[in-house]
Amino acid sequence: MTDTLTSTTAPLPETPDAPPRAPRTRRRLDGGNGGTNWWLTALIAVCSLTVLIPLYFTVVTALKTPDQLGGTGFELPTSIRWENFADAYQLTNFPRALLNTALITVGAVFLTLLTNSLVAYAIARNMHKKFFKGLYFYFLAAIFVPFPIIMLPVVKETALLGLDTPVGLILLYTVYGLSFNIFIFVAYINSIPVELEEAARLDGASTWGVFWKVIFPLLSPMNATVGILTCVWAWNDFLLPLVVLSDPSAQTLPLAQFIFQGQFNTNYPVAFASYLMALAPLLIVYVIAQKWVVSGVTRGSVK
Amino acid sequence: MTATATRAKRPAASPGTPARVRSNIARTPRTFYWMVVPAVVIFFGLHTIPVLSGMFFSLTNYAGYGTWDLVGFSNYINLFQDDRVLNSYGFTFGFAIVSTVLVNVIALAIALGLNSKIKFQAAFRGVFFIPYVLAILIIGYVFNYLFANSFPAIFTALGLPGLSGNLLASPDFAWIGIVITTVWQAAAFNVILYLAGLQTISADLYEAAAIDGASGWRRFRSITFPLIGAYFTINMVLSFKSFLQVFDQIVALTAGGPGTSTESIALVIFRGGFQGGEYGYQMANAVVYLFVIIIVSFLQLRILQRREATFS
Repeated sequence: MTDTLTSTTAPLPETPDAPPRAPRTRRRLDGGNGGTNWWLTALIAVCSLTVLIPLYFTVVTALKTPDQLGGTGFELPTSIRWENFADAYQLTNFPRALLNTALITVGAVFLTLLTNSLVAYAIARNMHKKFFKGLYFYFLAAIFVPFPIIMLPVVKETALLGLDTPVGLILLYTVYGLSFNIFIFVAYINSIPVELEEAARLDGASTWGVFWKVIFPLLSPMNATVGILTCVWAWNDFLLPLVVLSDPSAQTLPLAQFIFQGQFNTNYPVAFASYLMALAPLLIVYVIAQKWVVSGVTRGSVK
Repeated sequence: MTATATRAKRPAASPGTPARVRSNIARTPRTFYWMVVPAVVIFFGLHTIPVLSGMFFSLTNYAGYGTWDLVGFSNYINLFQDDRVLNSYGFTFGFAIVSTVLVNVIALAIALGLNSKIKFQAAFRGVFFIPYVLAILIIGYVFNYLFANSFPAIFTALGLPGLSGNLLASPDFAWIGIVITTVWQAAAFNVILYLAGLQTISADLYEAAAIDGASGWRRFRSITFPLIGAYFTINMVLSFKSFLQVFDQIVALTAGGPGTSTESIALVIFRGGFQGGEYGYQMANAVVYLFVIIIVSFLQLRILQRREATFS
């Protein structure tokens, strides 16, 4: 592990440049000008290997034949067996699981952005009213309610209401995300000047109109943050699909890995091919939109 | 039309800004109610009702099917004499404390490194954030194989036969494997939060400190750490709360074994409630667990925020 990283080094003082620069209020993230700390760069590089090595291991294992598995498992494959992926594809019914996961995730993100910001707006603009203030704390209190508490009753309830389906899951993600998202949205909406809305009202916009035409577009940065958090949560979640979904054909990707554990037997290369295929979609999206994802999550936390 | 709506008691965004006077219509437009009512109804139905019904059934001997009778507090009394439940609390708390400390120390260290003058900053940041988008269940399966096969082989090759056993097969040490896997996956998110905090600190402070001759450690202690106090608090509270709910990685790594040495509270509730016919009994367990989490979270907030206040 990276426990060895105890000597935290603060940034070096800047080498004074000849022309005086305007004072910077933020440290730049591009490494600045000169004064690169090579020793620290090397240390960070070594630490980043702790992240990369297990990923490398997953990839090489997925490419091997079972007889190459001995040793430490970090050896490069001597011959590549692409059929591992084909086997895993069929065994876990990969396309169906992928489609289910994608539908649930897209639905959850879409419904969350549409509804949670709306509720947060109504609460933020009426905080002076007992009713809305009470609602705010009612939703916030739920942040402290851990899921295992409601796990047993909610399974009974969803079965009763016919919500033990992907549609029900979308609804559950939207509802269970509400507490935290309202917290984020309300803080952000409070920083939007009311004057904008008043101007729109004077122009004859209704409350709905004000929200969709004025507020919602201004929420884009927070929508990105909430969208990313919801997407990662819904895509990777295991416990909720495990207990709620009743129809085996509605399996999500993590659920499929769990169910097919027994069927991989000891054929680890096929198992790893399956893991890799399950991890790949979000990983690819992340690599493509990395800057956007990191800044989105960062923005949500700077309050 | 009297403007009663001017009593907006919002904390001022920053000192010096006059309290905003809301000059729009006096009564709340009915639309605002329409905006929240459906959400409240659905939230109440899918979140509050389960909590209340769970609390009710914790007072019954309901098995999850068939008939049931009210049994008062006997479930609660039995809980405190149930070794399996007590073990799960011990394991879960030990695991959550160790993981929270490790994740926060490591994430803060990495964030400090990423925030200083290093080359390839953006690339490294991208790498350290990768685990955040990976499902912990699947990561658990990968690490399961590593612990069972790769690490023993590596330690044997290094001539350390004492470490060549499977960590996860040992009742005493399996929890360490769960901690390692959890830290590997969870540190990523905390790195981002700490980085966000570090970027709010003005560089001028460090320059001034450098002129005053403050050492690196001193600068961290007197500038960096106090100024990211709020981030530290929120990270500690949220990560501790999420680690107390540990489930996925245990399913993938040990399934609660060997024996019941790594059963978490969530796993006990899941097994007893869904497979063991202990619906009412496990609901009592869940209610106790709810109160424990609430008390712990508030204690954490109070202690950590007081610490923040002494600095500012």
